[in-house]
Amino acid sequence: MDWLFKFPQIDPDSLLAVKRLTDGSLRALTRNYGDAIENFFYPLQQVLIFFEDVMTGAPWPLVILVLAVIAWFAAHRWSVVSAVAGTLIAIGLIGLWNDAMKTISLVFTATIFSIAIGIPLGILMNRYKRVGRVMQSVLDVMQTMPPFVYLIPVVMLLGIGRVPGFIAVVIYAIPPIIRLTDLGIRLVDKEVLEAADAYGCSRSQKLWKVQIPLAMPTIMAGINQTIMMALGMVVIASMIGVQGLGLNVLQAIANQYFTQGIFNGFAIVGIAIIFDRISQAYGDRLQKHRGATHD
Amino acid sequence: MTKSDTTIEIRDLYKIFGATPAKFVGAVKSGMSKAELGKDHGHILGLNNINISMPAGKIQVVMGLSGSGKSTLIRHINRLIEPTSGSIMIDGRNILEMPPLELRDFRRQHTAMVFQRFALLPHRTVIDNVTFGLEIRGVEKAKARESGMRWIERVGLQGFENRYPSELSGGMQQRVGLARALSNDASILLMDEAYSALDPLIRTDMQSMLLDLQAELKKTIVFITHDLDEALRLGDKIVILRDGSIIQQGNSQDILLNPADDYIQRFIKDVNRGRFLKVEAVMEALPATGLGSLPSVKSGTTLEVAAKELTASPHDSAIVADAAGKPLGLISLRQITAALSSAVEASAP
Repeated sequence: MDWLFKFPQIDPDSLLAVKRLTDGSLRALTRNYGDAIENFFYPLQQVLIFFEDVMTGAPWPLVILVLAVIAWFAAHRWSVVSAVAGTLIAIGLIGLWNDAMKTISLVFTATIFSIAIGIPLGILMNRYKRVGRVMQSVLDVMQTMPPFVYLIPVVMLLGIGRVPGFIAVVIYAIPPIIRLTDLGIRLVDKEVLEAADAYGCSRSQKLWKVQIPLAMPTIMAGINQTIMMALGMVVIASMIGVQGLGLNVLQAIANQYFTQGIFNGFAIVGIAIIFDRISQAYGDRLQKHRGATHD
Repeated sequence: MTKSDTTIEIRDLYKIFGATPAKFVGAVKSGMSKAELGKDHGHILGLNNINISMPAGKIQVVMGLSGSGKSTLIRHINRLIEPTSGSIMIDGRNILEMPPLELRDFRRQHTAMVFQRFALLPHRTVIDNVTFGLEIRGVEKAKARESGMRWIERVGLQGFENRYPSELSGGMQQRVGLARALSNDASILLMDEAYSALDPLIRTDMQSMLLDLQAELKKTIVFITHDLDEALRLGDKIVILRDGSIIQQGNSQDILLNPADDYIQRFIKDVNRGRFLKVEAVMEALPATGLGSLPSVKSGTTLEVAAKELTASPHDSAIVADAAGKPLGLISLRQITAALSSAVEASAP
């Protein structure tokens, strides 16, 4: 009856061989192509450094002004503008201005990058059903795999620093924008699509003049989710050398500095609120004309 | 704007919905019923042997209840739905054999469609909705706008061109839908239950507007409806569908005076016959002599109006004359009463 209580696992020696082989080849890949891979990501690194320099190097009143102006254009509401400016001032007052700027620049670039590849992927997923099914499973894995696990190969290949942190953040944050782009296009009213066909739209005319504009509110919700997830990832990313508020939190955990943890935590929440209010307000403004229909 | 000389010839059209429709066309052609196809083979018979010649420059109404296949039929004309077998000839070309690019071009240039739930683009203003078809065709923006504004005025929406659809009532939204279709300047206008979602009063207004526009534009219009009054009012020609098959086609007089079967009989029972029947449909031949000083009514006058005129005059018959005044026949109050009541007789047990 022994076999009932001991799971018949694969022979330990074979398992060990598999592990050795995988780890060995990954290591070999790192040794042989590490430089090439790093060169490949060099432009990305320059972009990240550039944004960080811009955010940390600019005079603080200018940063507040620019973000306030962006908030105004997105929302057209003074309440949003004052919330943004107030949050930034509060972060500066508790001495976290520089770290906050680093975090904002990382989240900003990660979001832009996620949107730039996430929306086309969402469109592809919607257009080709087979691609869609494969992508669904990939996205499921990306969303449930503990980030630490995919950090291992990223760190092995690229070491620690901005680029691996950025990649980790993008992997974690990109699924919502892909999914919600696909969903948004699927939810477009069937009769409107029929009208597009009846008036002789080509595929691209249908996509750009009908499907994307009508899916925009859902896509905006996806962008909003992506930003929030990117911010949630900054603490984990700090473990592989991303500077900013996340690193402070990490130090606070290691040294049990409760107040430092709280301050930085609230600064992250503050930044989340800024991004959230701006993107939500913009999404609401897009939806203004499609309230109640009279039928 | 000249009269459309585009006719639509639908021949032997079949549509079967299901996994392998081609397998069952033969069986359906040799008489398999809708029920048998559905129950034994899991396929739905959408259209069964449809043959219609739609006249140029006239309003062809296709009438039927839900599930009769009328919306499927209209979607074959611009091929939003692919047929299982058959042909649709428009201007000498078989729509059902067009390659994709040619079909797209055909849709852009020759057809325009109005939808039951309007199908407007919510993110565009009225004018941008109206010029949608022109924009798709690549018409220059200023020119499209000019023509769009003209049609917005024609459907009575001037001043609303910069509003969004959600700010308009249902009737106004459908005016936008109609203006969008008309600005396309297509010879064929497809109207899929265009007025079914509107309130009765607004529906009557929209019907009058369509008749006024048609008097001038003379497009080939295919109008789908489930409402017999609407069909009789608008249709130069009417086709009645049931379960995917044609039960009767003809003009309003044919359908009211010679219903093909009990099903249509039941339909026309509650219709106000006096409003739709015309004097020439029930008149008798002119007697050789003795016309004397009888009053005259124009051909095309409805029985309702003729009865009113006769009751007010001292005579109980009148001469039916055409537009040029040439006498065509004789109509009497007795005949009018008989024609108005024949439906009641027919439905009596």
